Amino acid sequence: MTTLTDPPRESFRLSMLIYDTRYRSMTIQVVAMICFMLMAAWLINNTTQNLESLGKKIEFGFLAEPAGYDINQRLIDYTSRDTHLRASFVGLLNTLLVAVMGCVLATILGVFIGVLRLSKNWLIARIMTIYVEMFRNVPVLLWIVLFMAVLIETLPSPRAFRGDNATASMWLGDTMAVTNRGVYIPEPLFSRPLGDLPVFGAFNISLELLLLVAILIAGLFGARVIGKRADAVQEATGDRPTTWYIQLGVVLLPLIAALLAMGFHLGYPELKGFNFAGGIHMRNSLIALWLALSFYTAAFIAEIVRAGILAISKGQTEAANALGMRPGRTMRLVILPQALRVIIPPLISNYLNLTKNSSLAIAVGYMDITGTLGGITMNQTGRELECLLMLMLVYLAISLTISGVMNWYNERVKLVER
Amino acid sequence: MKKTVFFGALMAAGVAAGAAAAATLDDVKARGKLNCGVATGVPGFAAPDANGEWKGFDVAVCRAVAAAVLDDASAIEFVPTTGKTRFTALASGEIDMLARNTTWTFSRDVDLKFTFVGVNYYDGQGFMVPKELGVTSAKELDGATVCIQTGTTTELNLADFFRVNNLSYEPVPIETNAEAQQQYLAGACDVYTTDASGLAATRATFENAADHVILPEIISKEPLGPLVRHGDDEWGDIVRWTLNALIAAEEMGVTSANIAEMSAAAGDNPEINRLLGTEGNLGEMLGLSADWAKKAIMANGNYGEIFATNIGVDTPIGLARGLNAQWTEGGLLYSPPFR
Repeated sequence: MTTLTDPPRESFRLSMLIYDTRYRSMTIQVVAMICFMLMAAWLINNTTQNLESLGKKIEFGFLAEPAGYDINQRLIDYTSRDTHLRASFVGLLNTLLVAVMGCVLATILGVFIGVLRLSKNWLIARIMTIYVEMFRNVPVLLWIVLFMAVLIETLPSPRAFRGDNATASMWLGDTMAVTNRGVYIPEPLFSRPLGDLPVFGAFNISLELLLLVAILIAGLFGARVIGKRADAVQEATGDRPTTWYIQLGVVLLPLIAALLAMGFHLGYPELKGFNFAGGIHMRNSLIALWLALSFYTAAFIAEIVRAGILAISKGQTEAANALGMRPGRTMRLVILPQALRVIIPPLISNYLNLTKNSSLAIAVGYMDITGTLGGITMNQTGRELECLLMLMLVYLAISLTISGVMNWYNERVKLVER
Repeated sequence: MKKTVFFGALMAAGVAAGAAAAATLDDVKARGKLNCGVATGVPGFAAPDANGEWKGFDVAVCRAVAAAVLDDASAIEFVPTTGKTRFTALASGEIDMLARNTTWTFSRDVDLKFTFVGVNYYDGQGFMVPKELGVTSAKELDGATVCIQTGTTTELNLADFFRVNNLSYEPVPIETNAEAQQQYLAGACDVYTTDASGLAATRATFENAADHVILPEIISKEPLGPLVRHGDDEWGDIVRWTLNALIAAEEMGVTSANIAEMSAAAGDNPEINRLLGTEGNLGEMLGLSADWAKKAIMANGNYGEIFATNIGVDTPIGLARGLNAQWTEGGLLYSPPFR
């Protein structure tokens, strides 16, 4: 007969932290953490001490001082007497402008190119392959500089438009001027303006724009309701009522009415003195940066789209074909919605890349936040550490916002499993 | 693995941050080379020639210092800096001195913690326009597009000038002189503005230099000079008095042609004797050899010779002495006495 005895309860010994696999990983992590924190503390201490001995304390008072420099492109009012903080804000808006424009164009181009690269047409597919390989294998900085050089060297300067024997002329019935200083396009003007809405007393938003955007959103919402109703009718009867002209009317008519009520007309650019005056001036720097960033990122997006489409099994296409759907519809209604869930996560990182790449703007003299806060302000005040810390925070905030929004969108479109 | 790399990077960053310390003279001697910050390429002031050798008015100051300290005018590591990178390069200790047409201003001297050791060129900001525009004065530039190097005092002067005169303009910020030339020549801007000396230097490289005029308005004072970091006054003294030695040599008639003869033995003029080390112990006070100034002058000649060979009227740059003549000839150059 044997007696079963409980195994002796092991008491905890210090050596078990190393020799016992249950605790070992914990020990390693704690030690690594302590080392990391010591390093960080030493680094910060070292930096502050060195700055102290140089007599430079970290402070942000310089942001309230007058900047003293002018910025050519500004979305809000700004003069050289405004503060460094406001100059940084002007730069931030410029960064956001080129980032948003770039993301939109890159997405449109990327989707087209990605789809076309899968085309059965040999020539189109090859051309798209060449496009993708060319753009994504050359550094984006070179593309930016190249676009700028092409714009400057090939387009006529405003001088060429002057005089009786002008060598250049305006486009589209004298409404648009394309020069090597930028493109001047007609600007919307209102003879019965509504005025501006001050925001925090810092800048103004035009009420006309707000009104038009509100009407547009309401119109789109109305069109969607009509579309939903048509869906319901189709579900019930199998016949889909033709609604596209009603939807178009719901969106457009209120917009046109509002425009007429405010006395909408266009202001055309005309040659005055050294430059064109009037109209909207899209500067070369913006165009070059925008196109280069968009074309470059589009090459990556095209590959993502192609991968997304190829990830959908061929059975889906065949099933759609069997139902009698035309190829265009199959792509739009069957393949792309499913491909989106594969496409969106890498798409986010490409949007982030585009936004961060926009900091190369200084190469063409586009005044983004790197050019104002991280460029002239840093130079004139000599506050490198402060400016760079703020710059990093700004980019971090922009990137986290983009990725937050896109993750939310991803949640919405991802496959709901039943 | 990832963590190791990260710690390594942290370490490197920390070590680099701790390296910028005093005693620049010892560092330079130990290194056997002077790290001198210059412009990325301004003809006449600092630009590599066909053989890749740096030549120019600012470069000559570097060479004189290297000759005085290391007895070798070619023991220099030239570090090309842009308007944006120059101060960081100097503050971080990457370069020992900066000789890059840099304007001496209050805030750079006091707030940025640099010591300007003197002025080697009295300059002022000007405007260059193509002749065909028919502009004769900067006051006629209302609405013009102006190319401007970013990160310089020029930017601030320009904003002030146009604001005070109630003129509008469109600034086109540009990173380097070469890009500015390209944009200006392509007509992407009507006007190019920078220091008048820089304009003359740039115009000299144009194919049709005569088609461009420099407007008469000089809208700012731009005393350009070499600078060093705060906190090492001994090093600052060496650079300051090397520059002064070049200026004093011209005043006293010491040239690269007669210096060998003059320094062979003590002469009649006690100040020349002290300058060339045949009398007194000025070199010893600086921590250098007795004939430090002789070596510095022999590197490229005295101030007048440096001016004449690099930017004078007989060079493509074609600058007159103007404010940069000796005080005895109606200019502003005035070296404190060597005693």
